[in-house]
Amino acid sequence: MSILTYIAGWPLLAALALIVVPGNYRVIIRAIAVLATFISAVLAVKMFCAYGSAIPDGDGYRFVEQIPWVTSLGISYHVGVDGLNVGLILMGAIVAFAATLCSWEIQSREKEFYILLLVMTGGILGAFASLDLFFFYFLHELALVPTFIMIGVWGRGSRRNYATFQITLYLSIGALIALLGLIALYLQSGIHSFQIPDLIRQAQANPMAVNAQNIIFPLLLFGFGILVSLWPFHSWAPLGYGVAPAPTAMLHAGVIKKFGLYAIIRIALPILPQAAQHWAQFLAWLCIGNIVYVGFVAMRQKDLNLLIGNSSVAHMGIIFLGIASLNIIGVTGAVLIMVAHGFLAALTFALSGYIYQKTGTLEISELGGLCRRLPFIGTLLLMAAMAGCGLPGFANFVGEATVFFGAWSQPALHVVTVLAVWGALIIGAVYMTRAVRHILHGPLPEKFAQVPDASNLWRQLPYALLLVSLLVFGFFPRLLSDKIRPDVQKITDMVSPTATAKATPIRVEIAQVSQSAVQN
Amino acid sequence: MNTSLISLEIFVIGLGLVLMLADVFVAPERRHFIGYAAIGALAFLLATNLSSANTGLSSTAFNGMFVEDGLAIFFKRLFMLAAILVLFMAVEFSSEVKAGITEYYSLIVFALSGMLFAASANDFVMLFVSVELITVTFYILTSFQRSRLTALEAGVKYLILGALSSAFLVFGIALIWGTTGKLNFTELAAVAPQFEQSKVFLLGVLLVLVGLGFKISAFPFQIWTPDVYQGAATPTTAFLAIGSKAAGFVLLLRVLFTAVPTVTANWGTLLIFISGITILYGNLCAIPQRNLKRLMGYSSIAHAGYLLLGVAALSTTGQSAVLYYLAGYLFTVLAAFTVVVLVLRQTDIEDISALAGLNQRSPLLAASMTIAMVSLAGLPPMAGFFGKFLLLKSVILKAQETGNHGYYCLAFTAIAGVIISLYYYFGVVRAIYWSKDPADLSPIVLSAPAKVSLWACIAGIFWLGMFPNTVLNLADEAAHVLGI
Repeated sequence: MSILTYIAGWPLLAALALIVVPGNYRVIIRAIAVLATFISAVLAVKMFCAYGSAIPDGDGYRFVEQIPWVTSLGISYHVGVDGLNVGLILMGAIVAFAATLCSWEIQSREKEFYILLLVMTGGILGAFASLDLFFFYFLHELALVPTFIMIGVWGRGSRRNYATFQITLYLSIGALIALLGLIALYLQSGIHSFQIPDLIRQAQANPMAVNAQNIIFPLLLFGFGILVSLWPFHSWAPLGYGVAPAPTAMLHAGVIKKFGLYAIIRIALPILPQAAQHWAQFLAWLCIGNIVYVGFVAMRQKDLNLLIGNSSVAHMGIIFLGIASLNIIGVTGAVLIMVAHGFLAALTFALSGYIYQKTGTLEISELGGLCRRLPFIGTLLLMAAMAGCGLPGFANFVGEATVFFGAWSQPALHVVTVLAVWGALIIGAVYMTRAVRHILHGPLPEKFAQVPDASNLWRQLPYALLLVSLLVFGFFPRLLSDKIRPDVQKITDMVSPTATAKATPIRVEIAQVSQSAVQN
Repeated sequence: MNTSLISLEIFVIGLGLVLMLADVFVAPERRHFIGYAAIGALAFLLATNLSSANTGLSSTAFNGMFVEDGLAIFFKRLFMLAAILVLFMAVEFSSEVKAGITEYYSLIVFALSGMLFAASANDFVMLFVSVELITVTFYILTSFQRSRLTALEAGVKYLILGALSSAFLVFGIALIWGTTGKLNFTELAAVAPQFEQSKVFLLGVLLVLVGLGFKISAFPFQIWTPDVYQGAATPTTAFLAIGSKAAGFVLLLRVLFTAVPTVTANWGTLLIFISGITILYGNLCAIPQRNLKRLMGYSSIAHAGYLLLGVAALSTTGQSAVLYYLAGYLFTVLAAFTVVVLVLRQTDIEDISALAGLNQRSPLLAASMTIAMVSLAGLPPMAGFFGKFLLLKSVILKAQETGNHGYYCLAFTAIAGVIISLYYYFGVVRAIYWSKDPADLSPIVLSAPAKVSLWACIAGIFWLGMFPNTVLNLADEAAHVLGI
């Protein structure tokens, strides 16, 4: 079996095992969850290191495994990695391990919490590895549903119910619109196969009719866009993360949210290239909504989690800008930020979770001088904030710089790029440094005089792990970019105007396509 | 003449009669064994049916009135399985029935025989007789708890509206026969194109659809559903929800695609509207409900709407999606109602709040209800997800083939319905796990048969959700019989 099956399979297996463990065996439950995510993370690191030496199959995917599942519809369990998802799987597995370690803050119904956390982990890692459109969606949905339950049950504060309601509504709508788009894509292609490589090959051989592309692409763009908090469908994100328990916010903001972006790059760009060109300009302007508008919103936040939530929405804008640039530099940068932001979002939510746990509040005005009591947590928060502003040395800088270069090289996007750079660098820096000043510096309120720092190694491990990952990819971005570039190259070649100009813009009737599929 | 084809029906009717006779010889305190005997007999018949080689050929009896083909076999197995699980429920419920529990079992078996005939009906006379056999037994089953006022009210409502729908049905059949002179579906299909312009003929077909619309509780004939679901004894409600609805659907499929396919081909828009409105009506009205059985009533209307998606798609993929969805719906609905029976049999209130703290009273019941609700909401990896996926796929395929934007609108309506339904299904789940200070925390003791039926339902839900291959192939084969 492929190593990918094990990476996604161990957490799911552990979730099944936890069902039979009695709820009061707290240590065992936690040990099983930590162990399963640890194994999955180690395997992911191993897979990442072995990536270069693994032999790619005909379509360029490595560690491929395919088992037919529903033969009459052409669905099979099909996993594999290429440059697009190798970093995401590594990031997802490490974040999941860190999130499980951070789950000591959960005090009630731990068994259910860990089961849901493991289902989330296994689901999303499987979704990233999946090369079958059906499993791609199926496993993501499997990971998404626990998010709602976790926010509803273990969420904090008085706005919990409202936030749960909102996030469930938004994300379900997004997922279902995307499902419509995916089904339409499958049917329009005319081949009875849900395999992504088959669909891409079909799209290259017989490009889809332009008017069909223009119907399906917005379904995918907005369906997945809602999942990624594309402006103006972003309002669920800050509030949802504001009330979510820290591990859930880490896993959702860090990992699950990247799924929508990944889906657009993996599926929408290569299969619907002309529509992608058509919508790129529009998407670029929506990014400005994410970067500038949400940036201003973030400046006004009084709650640390809401601030981080808004800043994470703003970062999504930069990734969308990279996608909208439709060239190799921009899209590579987008994939780089997806990985980097996964670590960063997880780190910041973990730290804010720690602060909330110890102080009982995240109101910025009530906090202050925490660096004196919390040297470890405080320093990490400072570094995370700097990474969030795009300081060199952190992985985010590499991705953001690449995205801006990529976007600038598209003449049509000059204005957008200028606005985005301004928004990302100036606005981002303003709210991040301001938050750091209010929380870490200044006088320490009397009531926080006894707040303990993360003292032992076990408690420090998750934060340190995430920070180290950020720094490693910040100093050695080639570890990722060398893997990403060849596969992004393939996709941008398909989307480039010269490639799509060859495509005939006449509508290919579906009957003809399916006939030829039958003959083939 | 090929009488051996109806041997299954004969056995089932014989079983009903034997059960009634057995009542005389069995002491009252041991009568639940009669229920288990009925379950055993039906399970034996089902096993024989499953093991008999499926030739794939269709054969007819009684001058073509009765047809035994893939579709009939698929539905017969579905009905038998439903009846078995409902009988499990009825045995658990027997403590609530003051007198005549054996009649209750045998009435379920008689209703089953009606459904079996419905699955094979290939003639309007057979259609009417089987519908009446089902409906008349359900009149009695609905008001079986004579001492409860709500049961009597439900019985009267079902009687009046059921009689009304039968009247529509018969009138429609009369008009069809009057214009074409044919009652057999196959013969009718041959002559129907000549009568496409005849308004009387079309009115006849429409009235037949009205009559069947009552059975499947499609808008605007859904009005009886919540009241009857609420008032009837819970096993009756469960059998109504799956058995009666599935019978309505098999007859609908036969009439639309075997008897009058040329007319149906022009009625896509009508079906789109009925399906869309049914989905929205069921889901929107379910939101404010606090009574669990009433909620399931509205949810059942919504699911009739989803099922109609596959009918409105006017394609083989749509029909096979309907069959698959019904199979998943069987396990899901029966799991939910089994929990309702086991938890609420002692209480008169059937409020959702009565489920509070169920996870502490019985983890298995809580898990079954949660799985059932999640499957009804259509989330993976349950049966409901794959079923809805197939239904949506068939609708979008039709939209792409015809370019009819109505189908895209219908797909979006279905999605809106799913989103709305999340609210009330999760409301039930929330009541189980997270209500504040539940009143009653006494553990619920489950009998072994009850556990068996619950585990069977759970296994069915996951099996259909995660390994759809087998049933999907069966459904595809069955749908090919219809030929559109």
